[in-house]
Amino acid sequence: MASQNELVNIKSRAESTSQPTETGMSRRTMLFKLGLLFNGFAAAILGVPILRYLLSPAIREKKMGYDSWVSLGGLEKFPAGETRLATYRNPVVTPWDGQTADIACWVRNVDGQSFQIFAINCAHLGCPVRWFPKSGLFLCPCHGGAYYEDGSRASGPPERGLFQYSHKIQDGKLFIMTGEMPTPGSPNAANGTAGRPACA
Amino acid sequence: MRLIEKAGTWLDQRLKLGASIRETVEHPVPRETASWFYVFGSAALTVFALQLVTGILLALIYVPSAGEAWNSLQVLNHEIALGWFVRALHGWGSNFMLAIVLIHMVQVFLFGAYKFPRELTWILGVFLLLITLGMAFTGQVLRFDQDAYWGLGIGASISSRVPVVGPLIVKLLLGGPIIGGATLSRFFALHVFVVPGLLIAFVSLHLLLVLKLGINEWPMPGRIVRRATYLQEYHELTHKQGVPFVPYAVWKDVVFSGFILLSIAACAVHFGPFGPGGQPDPTIIQTAPRPDYFFLWLYALLSFLPPSAETPILLIVPAVAIVGLLALPFVAGEGEKHWTRRPVAVLAILLIAVSLGTLTNLGEHTPWSPVMDAWSSQPIPAEYLKGRTALERRGALVFQAKQCHNCHSLDGKGGKRGPALDRVAVRLTQDQLIRQVIQGGGNMPAYGKNLTPAETNALVAFLETLHPAGQIPAHDASRDVALGTAAEESFSSHR
Repeated sequence: MASQNELVNIKSRAESTSQPTETGMSRRTMLFKLGLLFNGFAAAILGVPILRYLLSPAIREKKMGYDSWVSLGGLEKFPAGETRLATYRNPVVTPWDGQTADIACWVRNVDGQSFQIFAINCAHLGCPVRWFPKSGLFLCPCHGGAYYEDGSRASGPPERGLFQYSHKIQDGKLFIMTGEMPTPGSPNAANGTAGRPACA
Repeated sequence: MRLIEKAGTWLDQRLKLGASIRETVEHPVPRETASWFYVFGSAALTVFALQLVTGILLALIYVPSAGEAWNSLQVLNHEIALGWFVRALHGWGSNFMLAIVLIHMVQVFLFGAYKFPRELTWILGVFLLLITLGMAFTGQVLRFDQDAYWGLGIGASISSRVPVVGPLIVKLLLGGPIIGGATLSRFFALHVFVVPGLLIAFVSLHLLLVLKLGINEWPMPGRIVRRATYLQEYHELTHKQGVPFVPYAVWKDVVFSGFILLSIAACAVHFGPFGPGGQPDPTIIQTAPRPDYFFLWLYALLSFLPPSAETPILLIVPAVAIVGLLALPFVAGEGEKHWTRRPVAVLAILLIAVSLGTLTNLGEHTPWSPVMDAWSSQPIPAEYLKGRTALERRGALVFQAKQCHNCHSLDGKGGKRGPALDRVAVRLTQDQLIRQVIQGGGNMPAYGKNLTPAETNALVAFLETLHPAGQIPAHDASRDVALGTAAEESFSSHR
């Protein structure tokens, strides 16, 4: 019973202190609102670093972003006139990436002098394209996108040709500029002229 | 017995929940709603509870690390006692939950339950559908295999097409520049913390509204919902002819939930867990990635959209569909509830069901994908080669060697990407065949660069033999005139 009396007391006390003043706002109400404002300020102070943390994958301090030169191995691995699968370890990794950081790409040695390096990802939705040397086509298993040997679009849903990596030859080794998975919206990592029609 | 009673009283003196619980369970509901049509909402809640329990059980073993997740799934499947069963329960529970949520939504729509005053209940339900789909997609990623890896690639490719912020979204989705450790970790956080948190919050509000506003009455043709009179009418339905929810209506909910739990267990035992498929190693490219069952329709749709319209359709249609669902109770908040008086509603459901069914079926068979090994695994039927000239047989060899069989079927075998060629000679003349092979067209790549003139010649000679016995192959009459031969002679040279 004692506790109930106490409850009643608290209630009446609360009523007496929340009497509005002439301005329509009691001191307690104003302090409460100021307190809310203070908490809003604290939330903003906390919010900025949290937002920066959340956006960290997208904001990269390095000028080049995620890309860097990666070796695909000696030129002897890529005979003239042929298109071969090459794999490399992505330059940006975490120790627990496992196999996912091993990336494949297609290397086309056009004539012993010039090369084309195509991303494995279809320009439609990123599935792995396969090279069919006999028919001279890259075919995608997902939605049937097809590309000619020079990476230009042949048929199917892709809007453009295969993504291409820029490359250089140094000390008898083939290097490509890579680090980011190319997607239709950001092919900048692996961009090239393959999107243009072959007959242009 | 007296001890339990005493403990109950002790607790209730402090919690003071007894009265409101009693009020909740005994609240009157319209008599006809004690129906088997009204059991799907509670069944969805039951399956969600199963998912919570099995999800926590899986988290005891699962390692959300790109390098270890696949191995930990193998351990669950093969080394932990009944690990496979818990995985199977969670996987089948997911399928059942999505199916039941969809059925619940269709029932609610056809019974007009979204109308005044239950607009907000419907809106929360729409969000619950999206959240459930979100759980299905993120869960599919946690089964970190080849399908999950390339599925993430598809998700990233779609997201990247959003104007301006697309690339930003991709990096936030993947947690980095590639699909890797950070990607799996954030999908784990989404699947285990963020989305279930939302789900619990939305389900609570959804249920609260069902209690506050009452279960939708059984619709009757001619019983019109009007904002001015509905609440009074519903009050009469519940308080004059109504029955207490417990036990009059609830026993069907309980029985159906039990039936669903047993069905999930039966599927889990009979079919086992889903995957995992091949290792998430992107250098293994001999794979044909496919999404889980409930996303197959989307996978199929993506192969049929014309390239130029694909991005706008992908970005605009889902937004329009969601806005449409959210706006429904405001557009049609009054009027008839009974489905026989709402032909547009019934037709809309039929249209959506037939479309999704057709696309899902196509997604299961993927006729648009080349059969990658048909050129080496599917021989040309022997009867297509009997009595042919050397040139025509040489053409058949070209047909196999140049992998035409991957996209074109003969006698029902081979790819379905291009048309079947069993009767191609009836459709196309010699000139048209040559043109099609060399220049391509429609969906066919041009083979001009990859065929020597001799190979083209042989291939077309073979294709010209592909017509039913006794049916005249297509031929260009003007050529007969130009070459000075009669049409009959030309035909007699064909079999």
